[in-house]
Amino acid sequence: MHPITTVHYLALSVALLAIGTIGVLTRRNIVIILMSIELILNAVNINLVAFSRHFNSVDGQVFAIFVITVAVAEAAVGLGILIALFRNKETVQADEIEILKW
Amino acid sequence: MNFLDSVWLIPLFPLFGALAMLLIGRKLDPQGVGQAVPPAGGHHRSARSKVLISILCPGTVLVSFLFSLGAVWQLAGLPERTHQIVQFTWLAGLPFHTAAGALARFTADFGFLLDPLSSVMILVVTGIGFLIHLYSIGYMAHDGGYYRFFGYLNLFVFFMLMLVLANNYVLMFVGWEGVGLCSYLLIGFYFHKKSAADAGKKAFIVNRIGDSGFILGMLLMFSVFGTTRFSDVNKALAGLGPETHFGVLTAMAVLLFVGATGKSAQFPLYVWLPDAMEGPTPVSALIHAATMVTAGVYMVARSNHLFRLAPDACLIVAAVGALTAFFAATIAMTQNDIKRVLAYSTVSQLGYMFVALGAGAYWVGIFHLYTHAFFKALLFLGSGSVIHALSGEQDMRKMGGLKDKIPITYRTMLIGTLAISGIPGLAGFFSKDEILWQAYSNPNAWFRVIYVFGLVTAGMTAFYMWRLMALTFYGESRVDAKAAAHIHESPRVMTVPLVLLAAGSVLAGWIGVPKLWSIFPDGFRTFETWLAPVLGNQIEREANPGLEWALMLLSVAVAGAGIALAWSLYQKRTPAREPLQALGPVYTGSLNKWYVDEAYDAVFVEGLSKGGGTVLARFDQKVVDGGVNGAGWLTRFTSTVSMWWDTWIVDGAVRLTAFAVELSSYPVRIFQTGSVQAYALVFVVGVAAVFGYYLVR
Amino acid sequence: MLDTVFFYFFALLTVGGGVLTITRRNAIHSAVSLIVSLIGVAGLFLLQQAEFLFAVQIVLYVGGIMVLFLFVIMLVNLDESARVRQFNKQWWLALACVAAVTGELLFFVSKGTGGFRLAETTAAAAGKVGNTERIADVLFSQYLLPFELASVLLLAAVIGSVFVARKKV
Repeated sequence: MHPITTVHYLALSVALLAIGTIGVLTRRNIVIILMSIELILNAVNINLVAFSRHFNSVDGQVFAIFVITVAVAEAAVGLGILIALFRNKETVQADEIEILKW
Repeated sequence: MNFLDSVWLIPLFPLFGALAMLLIGRKLDPQGVGQAVPPAGGHHRSARSKVLISILCPGTVLVSFLFSLGAVWQLAGLPERTHQIVQFTWLAGLPFHTAAGALARFTADFGFLLDPLSSVMILVVTGIGFLIHLYSIGYMAHDGGYYRFFGYLNLFVFFMLMLVLANNYVLMFVGWEGVGLCSYLLIGFYFHKKSAADAGKKAFIVNRIGDSGFILGMLLMFSVFGTTRFSDVNKALAGLGPETHFGVLTAMAVLLFVGATGKSAQFPLYVWLPDAMEGPTPVSALIHAATMVTAGVYMVARSNHLFRLAPDACLIVAAVGALTAFFAATIAMTQNDIKRVLAYSTVSQLGYMFVALGAGAYWVGIFHLYTHAFFKALLFLGSGSVIHALSGEQDMRKMGGLKDKIPITYRTMLIGTLAISGIPGLAGFFSKDEILWQAYSNPNAWFRVIYVFGLVTAGMTAFYMWRLMALTFYGESRVDAKAAAHIHESPRVMTVPLVLLAAGSVLAGWIGVPKLWSIFPDGFRTFETWLAPVLGNQIEREANPGLEWALMLLSVAVAGAGIALAWSLYQKRTPAREPLQALGPVYTGSLNKWYVDEAYDAVFVEGLSKGGGTVLARFDQKVVDGGVNGAGWLTRFTSTVSMWWDTWIVDGAVRLTAFAVELSSYPVRIFQTGSVQAYALVFVVGVAAVFGYYLVR
Repeated sequence: MLDTVFFYFFALLTVGGGVLTITRRNAIHSAVSLIVSLIGVAGLFLLQQAEFLFAVQIVLYVGGIMVLFLFVIMLVNLDESARVRQFNKQWWLALACVAAVTGELLFFVSKGTGGFRLAETTAAAAGKVGNTERIADVLFSQYLLPFELASVLLLAAVIGSVFVARKKV
């Protein structure tokens, strides 16, 4: 079998990014959208770690730690907003929230 | 005392008198108008306060007379008999280009010129003026406004002296206008009488018409010579080459003569002089006999250098003079008002003076002016004395038989009448005879015609003057009973001037004896030689003593015939009806002054004022109001255009902008879905685009 | 060889979990699928000798975030939403765009291998120092500021989420 190179990880990262983006753009349920965002972040993390390994530097991993930190914060706040939104609108469907429509 | 250098004082003395009257006159004599309250002490004694006026005003004129004597005496001693002093530059004017292209300034000085001609004038004005002031003390004693009268009279003397002493035309014009003003003030002295007020206005207005000619002539002189000073103008005239266009000079001379016509009452501007008799008699004597009316004569004489170069103008002057003399004499023959007769007589005699000037014998014109001053003033003052004696009666039909009642007046007036008729030995003879001779012997053939007019006029003069004497003094008394009771000789203050003037009428002519009377030494001809430096020598005539003697005798005969005719008609029996009425329509025409006043009234007064009024009213309606309406229409029109512009173009631009924005918003609206996922999709599209850019790079 | 097997196994977990996450109707199913995907990612970290990150991934991501997600899913009543349409109206356009982006990225990845020599395997980092120590070395010296800022960020997030989600009186 061919050896696993950094390219494989990068291709994986791209695939996961694509999946996550499709989720964000396509699904109506806001919770699912938030989960898709987590997928994108993970794709980025895979990319970072792959390069960290390739250049034999630990900076990539440190960056990935920060990405996770931000993901945590963002998830917390995002879910808080979701709850507040649910309280006001009684719905979690994204395209039912179109107050800013012209 | 250098009188020559103080010649500027001569006009100032009477001015001082006038100003004193202006400032304190009312306090001295409170009664302004109307009949004065007779003071205690009788009919002819003036009030105490009036005595000051009586001394001050005639006194200033007397002082001027003495100064004039002194100045003339010193002038005679100068080698070159001319003395000019320029006090200061009065008009410092703008520079301009004369007709010939030279650069000149519109200046006039306040300067005095004392030369033989002006010396004659100042002596006449101040001398006779003083006598008339003296006379007025008595004559005006009854009238209110004593101080006003003397103030005006002094003011007049001041202006007249300015006129004759000026060294340039502009300053002369100041005096010219000033005497016109004083004439108006004095004619309208009894201003509450409508006829007097109207006469004053008439005099001033007719004068003004003449003045326009004077001004035009003066301006023409400025534009041609660049100066109006006499000495400079004469120098310029002397220096004119043969290439000069003499038409300009003729025009200048004629324009100046038009001014003289107005002031000296020649045809057609004489109509004011008879009406001017509304003023007090001393005014008539001074202004309208001796001095103001002679201003025109003086002015033409002063311009003799100019007139010599314009023979056509000279002919015009002489022709107008002769025509006026004849015309006025025809009217004088039928008048019944004593002062009217004398007024027309003045117009007639002024005509004689202009004949002399036109014939080129300038000194003769001035000579006649000088002698005329004596006997005309005498006649006017005498008539005033008669009127005074009769308590205001002026109609000769109501006089008669006054010979013994007012002897001094009678005798002096007799001398005056003989003088004006041209009886040999008296003043009028020498001057009138010389005029007739100069007219006849002039090289220009037209002057013969003028001579004939002059001769006939002399006869008429003698006739109407004797008619006046006969109706006034001889025959039976036709005086009203009420007036007859008060007949008395005038006081000494009035008769003394009469006597002095009568003496002058006799003696004054003996300094102008004709060359023909060769038995008299040349001393008797000093008038001509005295004036020679200014007026030049007369045109040489071929000496024809026989003809001259013949003409002299002819003129005396004609005068005698006139007197004889009048004697026969009026002397012995006072006719019930006017004999001249036998002439029928000629008489009526003459009595009504040949309807000249009526003609002027119809043409100028009615025609211009009414016709002009209609024209102006229509002009106002059509043009002026039309203009205003047009302006209104224009305003409305422009406002409509403006409104259209504003509505469609300005507002349109605004609306267009709004519409464009609205239109461009439709595509943009599509993106405002309100859906977050749509916005996220746009992100991704953008990312794809960026990657795509790097892809193709 | 074991490398390859494990790689493909974890890769399958990750991608499969991801696909399931975005396609399930039931939110709980999606959440569980995400957990599976995250564990797959953690495994990939381990394969790359990033042990610390593996631990952090499990503890934080799975143990923290996903639990939070599950709680919120249960808090928000999603039964109703499970019955309605799941995919929105722009799905086809989104699919096209993402396909484009993916295509471009794959192209970059394949093209760019030359310069970086990404295709070559790298030897494992020999070291007496462990992964955690190495991270600690760098984190607390060179990246101290971002570390502190991250803590501030977390503080803000805590306060923010409490504030946003509080019950209005």
